[in-house]
Amino acid sequence: MTRKLQSTINKISPVLAIAAILIIWESLSFTGIVPKYMLPSPLDVVSAFIKDFPLLMMHAQTTLTEAFLGMAAGTVLGFVIAVLMDRFHLFYKSVYPIIVLTQTVPTVAIAPLLVLWMGYGILPKITLIVIITFFPVTVSLLEGFRSADPDALNLLKAMGANGLQCFTHIKLPSALGQFFSGLKISVSYSVVGAVVSEWLGGFAGLGVYMTRVRKSYSFDKMFAVIFFISLISLILMLLVSYVRKAAMPWEKSEKGQN
Amino acid sequence: MERLTANNITVSYKGRKVIDDISVELNKGEIVSILGVSGVGKTTLFNAIAGLIKTDDGTIMLDGSNITGTTGNVSYMLQKDLLLPYKTIIDNVSLPLVIRGEKKTRARDIVSGHFHEFGLDGTQDKYPNQLSGGMRQRAALLRTYLFSDKVALLDEPFSALDSITKSSMHQWYLRVMEQIKLSTFLITHDIDEAILLSDRIYIMAGTPGKITEEITIVNPEPRNEDFAVSERFMEYKKYILEKLKG
Repeated sequence: MTRKLQSTINKISPVLAIAAILIIWESLSFTGIVPKYMLPSPLDVVSAFIKDFPLLMMHAQTTLTEAFLGMAAGTVLGFVIAVLMDRFHLFYKSVYPIIVLTQTVPTVAIAPLLVLWMGYGILPKITLIVIITFFPVTVSLLEGFRSADPDALNLLKAMGANGLQCFTHIKLPSALGQFFSGLKISVSYSVVGAVVSEWLGGFAGLGVYMTRVRKSYSFDKMFAVIFFISLISLILMLLVSYVRKAAMPWEKSEKGQN
Repeated sequence: MERLTANNITVSYKGRKVIDDISVELNKGEIVSILGVSGVGKTTLFNAIAGLIKTDDGTIMLDGSNITGTTGNVSYMLQKDLLLPYKTIIDNVSLPLVIRGEKKTRARDIVSGHFHEFGLDGTQDKYPNQLSGGMRQRAALLRTYLFSDKVALLDEPFSALDSITKSSMHQWYLRVMEQIKLSTFLITHDIDEAILLSDRIYIMAGTPGKITEEITIVNPEPRNEDFAVSERFMEYKKYILEKLKG
């Protein structure tokens, strides 16, 4: 009984915390402590979201297409690089520093450059997303490959397995867990990357919408689109978790694991 | 009838001899223990026989053909069961056949016929983490057997188990071995285990490791717990303890 109560409290406590924030926010706006044109109330945000819903959906479609294409290409690239780095030590030694360097360059700084080179179409957006999403995939996969049990590898070698068999039976499945952790990060990066690249030019997308409502000082719509973007990232991350569960059925049976 | 012979095996690691001029042989259907303290080079000898490491000197013959330095001829099992956590038991057990190029479904058909014999009924579709330590070792041994029914190298297969499980595993092992007659080299540092399970025992000692003694256990049919408390068993044990002291 007490345990049940405990779990209920655990479940509703984050909901309560969010509710508390919303109440404080609503009252700040309602009492006029913060002027309404600067901080719209949560209800205003919701109504703006409903009012602009068809428009937001249209823009979301563009953003999601970019994010998806960029992510897919980024994941494939990340996978290939990780496999090559794991297989060829020299490749790892020479390429790894360069890859780390690409991640130290701020996204907002290279995005305008990409627009100058590639125009206002979808290409610079996808390129940017590839640049920021392949990294988590590469690093997590590489670590996953390295985490493979050397004794298990030896056993397979003793059975006469070749390099490819060692890879498919030991290395790849050992790296799945880390791969999905990396993918979760990549997914949220991809949405943010798409939005940032749309700020700098484009004809549709949530980033474009954001720029437009900013220019018209529509704070309620600004907030609506911000929450919408978070929501999309959240849903995508959830999706990755589901795919992970489906792809790794043995984890479910693990004792003490949720 | 000799199945496997290792002649004058010497292995060095970083310029230092680990095992020196070791010759052992294994007859068909025989269980032979290699007994010695930790670090004497027992596992090195196994790695050499399995072809996983290079030997400085010596030859390994299996059924009359030279297999020195080649893998895939003899099966190998470690103290860790090394069942892959992401494969079901049946897929783990099928692994040696799949590596050999068999189709997955065909491999499953072949191996499932052995589950009863090895006391593994009902575990086919479970994942390793759903089984007890003893059951996992059974599955690992079945996989070992399916890899090669000629010669198995077992490196302390029971040493990670608690003593009650271990004892029942010994009984199970002897029963299974009677049926499958797998020629086996068994590494152990447990004297009781060596006497109970083996037909012969090689004692390995010194740095670098050498074979210092060979003992034949005169066949106590049938082998069971009674043998483990018999006078003859104690005599063997006393003799081995003296030899191990040097």
